[in-house]
Amino acid sequence: MSDFSVDWVQSFIDALPYSKALGMRADEVSEGRVSISMPYAQALAGDGEVLHGGAISALMDTTSGTAVMTLPKGLGTATLDLRIDYMRAATPGQRVRASAECYHITRTVVFVRTTAWDEDESKPVATAAGAFTYGHMRAPRTPEEMQAAMQALATRQKELGQ
Amino acid sequence: MKTPEPVQVIKERRDTALNALVGGINFVQFLGIRFDRKGDELTAVLPYDQKLIGNPMLPALHGGATAGFLEVAAVVQLAWQELWGQIEGGPFDPERFAAEGRPRLPKTIDFSVDYLRAGLPRDAYARARVNRSGRRYASVHVEAWQDNVNRPFAQATGHFLMPQPKQDDDPSGG
Repeated sequence: MSDFSVDWVQSFIDALPYSKALGMRADEVSEGRVSISMPYAQALAGDGEVLHGGAISALMDTTSGTAVMTLPKGLGTATLDLRIDYMRAATPGQRVRASAECYHITRTVVFVRTTAWDEDESKPVATAAGAFTYGHMRAPRTPEEMQAAMQALATRQKELGQ
Repeated sequence: MKTPEPVQVIKERRDTALNALVGGINFVQFLGIRFDRKGDELTAVLPYDQKLIGNPMLPALHGGATAGFLEVAAVVQLAWQELWGQIEGGPFDPERFAAEGRPRLPKTIDFSVDYLRAGLPRDAYARARVNRSGRRYASVHVEAWQDNVNRPFAQATGHFLMPQPKQDDDPSGG
């Protein structure tokens, strides 16, 4: 059993200004698996009314990264690479939901697969495959721990010169 | 001998075309991206904004914001190159162009981003190179940097489906 709650994931998302600006909402969470959704917004349209790929990328990146965060040493992960395949246009006006699964975990790297759908769950809008750094620190369980961990992460990344 | 066109006329025509191409893309306005043009060379500029941050403690740009910026830079470069021939060689008519609206954009088939280092809380720049452009498919590479053009913080390669003259039955709709 995982002790991660949807509230934990939501508080994490809300701490990321860009994810918050896109209105992302945590829907489901368990260890190594997360579902996050995002409302349609005309401001995010690319060609015509359809959501721009870049908006879908943000959802895929956040969902994939957050799935890694729920692993025992997932906090402080960083995206190494993320490849997104765009299957079809998301229907304008519909919410887009992404579901991520950490399908292989090594000492230093986590491999994540993510799929996104709109209201038609029979056909994905996009899929993604990513590699994330792993093995940094235990995930925080309380808002105070979250604050401290984000600070520690910042210090560590500064040390690494990133 | 034919007199060369006055420089203002050339610039206005090119800038009108670029504005028409980019101006109608809502996502470009959302991210606040603008394009610097020198001749046919484009540099995409992402001015720093607090809402682009991922980890607020660093602070660093959100990977999703970086990916969106790279994708916009790639797709606009590709569309711009297609348009350039019309602007310079062909029957480009700014008024007709304005009336008909923006040309259709290439659709992203896939987009693969490498995150090389954290994006800092300051302006970012990107330049894209079309490595292959066919009748139907194109492959574009794009790099983004901040302080030092030789130290990119992210790069990406994407494949795109070119807008077709008429409706076809290609399965890729993204």
